[in-house]
Amino acid sequence: MTEQAPPTPGQWPLWEIFIRSRNGLDHKHCGSVHAPDATMALQMARDVYTRRMEGVSIWAVRADHIHASDPDAKAEMFDPADDKIYRHPTFYKLPDEVDYI
Amino acid sequence: MKSTTSDGAAIAQVDYLLRIADSTLILGQRVSEWCGHGPILEEDIALANTALDMIGQARLLLGHVCKLDGRGRDEDQFAFLRAEGEFRNVTMVELPNYDFARTVLRNFLFCSFLLRLWQALSASRDAELAAIAAKSLKETRYHVRHAADWTLRLGDGTDESRLRMQTALDDLWPYTAELFAPSTEDDAAADSGFGVAWSSLQALWEAGVLPVLADATLRSPVPGAFLSRGKNGIHSEHLGRLLAEMQFLQRAYPGNTW
Repeated sequence: MTEQAPPTPGQWPLWEIFIRSRNGLDHKHCGSVHAPDATMALQMARDVYTRRMEGVSIWAVRADHIHASDPDAKAEMFDPADDKIYRHPTFYKLPDEVDYI
Repeated sequence: MKSTTSDGAAIAQVDYLLRIADSTLILGQRVSEWCGHGPILEEDIALANTALDMIGQARLLLGHVCKLDGRGRDEDQFAFLRAEGEFRNVTMVELPNYDFARTVLRNFLFCSFLLRLWQALSASRDAELAAIAAKSLKETRYHVRHAADWTLRLGDGTDESRLRMQTALDDLWPYTAELFAPSTEDDAAADSGFGVAWSSLQALWEAGVLPVLADATLRSPVPGAFLSRGKNGIHSEHLGRLLAEMQFLQRAYPGNTW
């Protein structure tokens, strides 16, 4: 993975925003905002993404601190799993009484 | 408390509430002028949210005013059919936005005052006013935080942003005296347990405001003799133009709804 380019001069950095909609659930990625620093990023995210009771907690992460897999490497990264269905636990016979598995 | 008679106590209470309701209404209208013009998309939304909160607070108070007034007027008539001289907002909130620095600094100065006011009014003997204050307090707390964060960043920022903040502070500061000017309506409201005297909130307000201004490396102006009188219905030349725009629809199409 190559290093991401630093933010454009004169532009505020981009922050990826993760919202937890209810206690007990995971934070989910919901979008991004531009902000000069972490405090303002949280406030911007509050105003942009939680106006309609969408969340109880916000995480903000500088977008250039996220390391992403290379889309061009998709073939060697993910395709080999295609023909290995035995990795799924779908070959067990479960009694009828067992739910939610 | 009498709720439908037009006796002296009710009139004084209406006047007391109108000062707060009109101040939040007019500031909400001013802040809403940023809609579509914010410096960045995120801040545009933040300012629109703030404006809507302020107008929402005004609506709750005006709804209460209507009941105390007891003359069958509804909140729209108070907002859209009163003339300039009948508005009781403090002069500070009707001044033009001018620039982003002045907008956030005014929000900081005025919302810091509102914060103390809501805190005090949460203990009002009037249960409805206490409930309105408790609800509004949460919103205003956020407005203060947002405006304070901008005040710090712009004041302690670049030469340009610092100059704009200092200019805004020099221009707005004289209008803060009106917030704490003694008034007989205030004293009556405080005596009856309905409200609180605004002048009694000055020390608390300064305790919240001055450290932020100092952290923002801004120089607090010395108090002068100037005293604006918006809450007595004597306004600057800016309110008339604001009302002309805000009230246009109801005056051109009376009773229209959508």
